[in-house]
Formats: sequence, C-alpha cells, structure tokens
Amino acid sequence: MSAIGKAEAQSLVERARRVAAVAAAHADAVDRAARFPAEAIAAMKAERLLGIAVPGRLGGESATIAEIAEVCSIVGQACSASAMIFAMHQIKMSSLTSHGEDSPWHRAFMTRCAAEQLLLGSATTEGGIGGDLRNSICAVVVEGERARLEKDATVISYGAMADAILVTSRRHPDAASSDQVMTVVVKGQYTLERTTEWDTLGMRGTCSEGFKLVAEVPAEQIFPKPFAEIAAQSMLATSHIFWSALWYGIAVDAVARAQAFVRAAARRQPSVTPPGALRLAEVSAALQTMRSAVVAGVERFEEAKANPDKLMSMGFAVAMNNLKVATSQQVLAIINHAMLICGILGYKNGTPFSLGRHLRDAHSAQLMISNDRILSNTSNLLLVQKQDTSLIG
Amino acid sequence: MDNQIRELITKHGGLSVDVATLGLDADLYDAGLSSFASVQLMLGLEDRFDIEFPETMLNRRTFASIASIRAALAQLVDASEAA
Repeated sequence: MSAIGKAEAQSLVERARRVAAVAAAHADAVDRAARFPAEAIAAMKAERLLGIAVPGRLGGESATIAEIAEVCSIVGQACSASAMIFAMHQIKMSSLTSHGEDSPWHRAFMTRCAAEQLLLGSATTEGGIGGDLRNSICAVVVEGERARLEKDATVISYGAMADAILVTSRRHPDAASSDQVMTVVVKGQYTLERTTEWDTLGMRGTCSEGFKLVAEVPAEQIFPKPFAEIAAQSMLATSHIFWSALWYGIAVDAVARAQAFVRAAARRQPSVTPPGALRLAEVSAALQTMRSAVVAGVERFEEAKANPDKLMSMGFAVAMNNLKVATSQQVLAIINHAMLICGILGYKNGTPFSLGRHLRDAHSAQLMISNDRILSNTSNLLLVQKQDTSLIG
Repeated sequence: MDNQIRELITKHGGLSVDVATLGLDADLYDAGLSSFASVQLMLGLEDRFDIEFPETMLNRRTFASIASIRAALAQLVDASEAA
C-alpha cells in the first residue's frame, strides 16, 4: 500500500471509530426501544462514510471491499444494528458501483449518493416468495419512458428512513419469476404503506418492517444488467463478506469484555490464575479462526473481482456460502464462550460485561438468508463443482 | 446433439416456455432456468454424453443458451474422443 493509501486507510479507521463511539453511546437505548439508530447514522453521514464506495471520479473515495469490511467490524463492535444498516447500505452501493457505471442515470445517482450521503435501502423479499431473493412475483411495467412498480415487500430494513430503495421485480408482466431486474426508486418517487412491525429478539434497531411499495419512475432507473448477474457478481458476495465482518465485530467486543473480566479478577489476586483464564485462551483461538475466515473471504472476493470467470464460478459461490454459514455459527459460539467467562455479570444487563445484546443480535446471523437455504444451495452446487485441493491457491 | 440438449433442458430445466420454441441463442435464464435447475441440467448432460465439466466451465455463461452448451460439449466430447 502506498504512503498516501495508508494515510487514507488510517483516516477511514479513525472516522469509523468516531462513528462507533456515537453508536456505542446509544446502542442500549436503540435496542430497548427497537428504534432506528438515528445518531449513529447521522454520524456516518457527518463522517461521509455512506459514499466511500463510490468511485473517486464520481465524488466518492473508491473504498475497497477490505476497507468497507473494516468499517463494518469497527461499528459492529459498538452497535450491531448500526453496523448492519451500514453493511446493507454498502451491499446496495456495490450493485451500483459494479453494475451501474455504464448507465448515465446510475452514474449520476452515484455522484448524488456521495454528495448528499444518501442512505440506500433494499426491497428484495416479497409476500409469497419469502427470503428467496432470486424469484419475484411483482413485475415492473414499462410504458414508454415510465416504469411502474408495486411490491408487497415483507421486509424493507429501515425502509421508512431510507433516501432511496433498490427494488427487485420481474422484468415485465409476462417474464418468468427468475427473470428479474432491479430498479432504483428515490424518495419522492414512491410511497410506503407499513404492513408489518419489527419487534424482535435482536437486531432491533434495523427496523426491518414490511411495506407495500408503490413507485413510478423514469424507465432509465432500471439497471440495464439482469438482476441474476448483479446477485451473482456483487450482491451475494458483498452480503456474506460485510455481514461476516460485522458479526466478527460483535464477537470481538464480546471477547474484549471477557478479557476485561478475567483481567479484573487477575488484578484482584495476582498470585492466582483466574478460573476464566483458560476459557479466554480458548475463545481467543476461536476468534482468530473467525477472523481468518473473514479475511480470506475478503481476499478471495478482491481477487475474483478482477476476473469475471472466477467471479461467476461455482467454486467462488461455494466459498462465499461457506463463509456465511461458518461465521454465523462462530459468532454465537464465541459469545456463548465469553458468557461462560463473565458468568452472571455477562448474563445481567447494565454491567460492563453484559453480553445479552450481543447474543440476541448474533442470533439473527443464521436466519438472515437462512443457513438451511444456503446449505441446500451449496449441496446442489457440490454435485458438480470440483474441489480446489490446494492450500494457498 | 441439439435435440438431445433440448430434451435434457425440457426434462431438467423447469422452464416456463416450450423448449422447442427457443432459438439456439435464446437466454435460458430469461426463460426461467434457475441456478438449481442448471445443476440438474449439468448432471443430465454429464450422464448423457459421458463427460465431466471442468471447473472452468462451471459458470453461468456456459449454460446460458443451447448454443453455448453445445460449444462446451463439443470441446469435451472431442477431447474425450481424442484421448
């Protein structure tokens, strides 16, 4: 990395840490009230983090996957819901940066995203389809230069707070359910009617309510590339990587709390090794394994981005699926381990060692794109995919 | 070969349209070929032509149309006959 590149990366980390400090201060209140983490998102906008992925020539910072993942992890150490909102925004942004550059409207919109720090939401799930984002019931209706869209979206995370929403639908009213496109609809071009509430075990601040979305937009706001390509080339990989990064952040904070607990005990009785010390060593190994998985996933994606054949290969899809399944399980095991170390002070709310919120938030990991769905997809791919037997690749 | 490919697409592809109406270059994904069905199709092709698709061919593009499947098969069948 060049000296300039490094300086920018450091400043990005510093900006993310300032956001994390704000997010941490409000995390418990956000969780308790299941409210939008307005302070943290405002801090992200103030630090101009929402536009970092936009190419430099369009007013952004051309942030790499690794840099975005680092921000997800840093904010994840403070407030899972804020980090998840940031991650979901960046997943949508990756659709624009990977597939929108050839379209004048989408290029101009990226410039606007960077300048105005727009928060992007996502409407990919639908009543009657569930979490299968590669099928749609609703269709976009194009008449001349106008496109109309109505979607019964079972989930639009922070939909009411988003500045624009990327919506999947069938390409036209006669298209097959898997023949999909994605359309950008900007605030003012759509209406949302709330259909379901978000009162959940964890990740309470993402406000992932259901909405009926009705939009009418210029047809040029439809991505020119099929959604199948967007899903395969950017969305699935960035989802699994950014989510894994923020789950890693949750795990890091849990281990930090466990370590603080053991250290406090060691200070009280320096001659006695605290009972949790051995378990701390164990959980440190688990955390390192999780970190390695996320870093390897980031590197694999950066490498595949430069090579369309690799990006579209089954081996890559299997690797990204495996990353998601593995890290979503690791985060729970690590927090559970940390709770064994912290004991009742980890179980209780309102102590410096509380882990209840971490544990509740992390339970969403196995469910958001259900691991069962991902494993069934992987098992199908493995019927034909050839295993890479090399260690380093 | 085209007829055999069409027959296997009919059997495994789960398309929403009649395979006979599709041109050689018609996009099978647009016609409703899911990623799940594409794997069933690959398995069917491997069995019928007694070949194995190498990792480099296991991508979306290879199975995007009857013509692209035919081109991939032609390479593999030639190679297995030459061996």
